[in-house]
Amino acid sequence: MSDITLDLARIMVVNRARWTTIEVAFWIAAAAGYFLFPAKLVLLTQMLIGGLFAMSLDLLLGYGGIASFGHAAFFGLGAYAAGLLAAHGWGEPLSGVLFGGLAAGGLGLAFSSVIAKVRGAAVLMVTLCIGLLLFEAASRMPWLTGGDTGLQGIDMWPLLGLFEFDLFGRTAFWYAYAVAFLLYLAARRYIHSPEGLALKGIRENHDRVPMLGVSTARRKMIAFTISATIAGMAGALLAQTTQIVALETLSFERSVAALIMLTVGGLGTLIGGFIGAATFIWARDVLSALNPVYWMFWLGLILIALMLTARGGLVGALTLLTNYLARERHPR
Amino acid sequence: MTAPALETKALCKQFGALKVTNEVSLRLKAGGRQALIGPNGAGKSTLINLLTGVLAPSSGSILLEGAPINRLTTDQRVALGLGRTFQINALFPHLSPLESIMLAVARRNGRLGRPLQALHRETDTTDEAFALACSVGLGRDCLRPTAELAYGRQRLLEIALALAGRPRVLLLDEPAAGVPASESFELMQAIEALPRDVAILFIEHDMDLVFRFAETITVLVAGTVLCEGTPGEIAGDSEVRRVYLGVAGG
Repeated sequence: MSDITLDLARIMVVNRARWTTIEVAFWIAAAAGYFLFPAKLVLLTQMLIGGLFAMSLDLLLGYGGIASFGHAAFFGLGAYAAGLLAAHGWGEPLSGVLFGGLAAGGLGLAFSSVIAKVRGAAVLMVTLCIGLLLFEAASRMPWLTGGDTGLQGIDMWPLLGLFEFDLFGRTAFWYAYAVAFLLYLAARRYIHSPEGLALKGIRENHDRVPMLGVSTARRKMIAFTISATIAGMAGALLAQTTQIVALETLSFERSVAALIMLTVGGLGTLIGGFIGAATFIWARDVLSALNPVYWMFWLGLILIALMLTARGGLVGALTLLTNYLARERHPR
Repeated sequence: MTAPALETKALCKQFGALKVTNEVSLRLKAGGRQALIGPNGAGKSTLINLLTGVLAPSSGSILLEGAPINRLTTDQRVALGLGRTFQINALFPHLSPLESIMLAVARRNGRLGRPLQALHRETDTTDEAFALACSVGLGRDCLRPTAELAYGRQRLLEIALALAGRPRVLLLDEPAAGVPASESFELMQAIEALPRDVAILFIEHDMDLVFRFAETITVLVAGTVLCEGTPGEIAGDSEVRRVYLGVAGG
C-alpha cells in the first residue's frame, strides 16, 4: 500500500484544475475551423454562442444539480438588452455584451432567492415560468421588442474601433471566439474555486452542506446569478453578430435545445456544453438540409442512441478514448 | 460561573398530537462527555435534529455557550461552533475525503463567496484538510472517491468533517453504528482522541462505549428525560434497568 504524502495531496488538488486534452483540443479545433470552413463562419459562430449558453446551464445543472427549464429567459434578455442598446445609438460591442450580461444577471439575482428556497420539481416550475413570463412580455411589447418580426436596426460599431463587422462574419467569428473563451476561463476559475467546490457539494448531497457551516441558499444565489450573467452575454453576442433579435431567443425551444446540447456534450464538464452545441448545430444543419420538415425525427433517434451508448455524453466517451490512448503510449 | 456549552430549556417538539420531545432540559458542560441513551423511538435523533436546526422546536429554547440559537439556520449554528456526525453516513460520494474536508476548512477560513479564487493555490486549505484526514486515520484513503471507502472508513470522514469546523460542541449520532468489528478499533481511537476542550454529546447503543467514554449519562424515554447521572449512578438505577438496560441486556 502506497502512502499518501502531503506533497502528493497537493499535486492531486492542483491536477484537478489542470486542462484536459479534450479542452485544449476543442479550442484549437474551433480556431482551426475558421481556416478550414471559411464559408461556414456564421454557423461556427452560432456553435460558439450556443456552446457558451449551454455552458452557463452546465454551471447550474452539471455542477450544482439545479435544473433550469427556462434558461432562455436570460439568453433572450441579454440579446434584447444588447440589441436595444445598439438600436438606440450605442453600437460599441464590448460594452454591449457587458450590458446584456448585467441585465440578465440582474434578473437572475432577483429570481435567485426564490430558486434558492425551492427544491426538485419546484425549481423546474419556477425556471419554466421565468422563461414563459419573459417570452409573453416580449411578444406583448412590439413597440419595444419588435414583436414577431424581431428587433431590427441593430447597428454595430467596429470592434475596438478597428474591425468592422463584415458580411462574411470574420470579425463576428473571432469576436465570439474571444468572448466565449474568456468566459470559459472565468467559468473554469469558478468551478475550481472554494465556491465551486461548495456547488459540487450541493449536487452530491444537498442536505449535508449546511452541516459544514456552508449556506446552500447563498451558494445557489451566487451560482444562479453567475449562470444568468453568462447566458445573457451569450445572448448579447448573438444579437450583435446577427444584428437581429427574434422572439425565439426567449423561447422554451431554446431552453430545451441548451439542455439537449449539454446532455449530448456531457454534464458537469464545462467543455461538454461547447462540444454538444457544435454537434447539435452541425447535425441540425446537415439533417435539415436533407429533410427540412422531418429532421427533428432523425435528431431524436440519434439522441436516444447516444444516450444509450455514451452515458457521460461525448466528453465521457472522448475521455475514455484519451485515457485509452494514454495507456497505449505509456504501458505500465 | 461559565455558561454550559449547550443547554436546552423545556424543549418540545410535537408532530400533530404526538409529543416526540417533551420538556427536555439538558445541560452539557464545557468540555463535558455526555451520553444520551434510551430505547428506540425515545426521541434521541429528533433531539439532535432540533439542536442542529434541521427541525424547528414547537416551544422551548436552545442555548449555545449561553446565546440563544433557536432562530438560526443550520449553517449559522455550525459557524458558531456546533458540529455533528450523522447516524447513517451522509457524505459526498463523488468527492474525495480530502475535497470534502477542504470545503469545511475553506468555509471556516472565510474562503467562500469569491468565485474567481483558485482553490489549489490556497495550499493552507489543502494542508489543513490533509492534516485532519491523517489525524483520524484517513491519510491513505483521502484522495479516492468517498463512495469507494469501506463503511467504517466513511464513519471516520464523518468525524473529520465535524472537526473541520473546529466545533465547541460536538454531537455524535451513533458514531459506531453499522461499523463491523474489524473496523471499529480505528473509530474508537479517533473518538477517544477528540480534543479535550470540545464538549461532546453522543447517542450510542453500544453500552461498552457509553460506559467507557461518558462522564454523564442522560436517559431519554418517550421524549422526556427519565434521569441523569454518572455511569455508576445510571448502572445502579433500578428504573433505568427496568426500562432500558434490562431490555438491552436481553
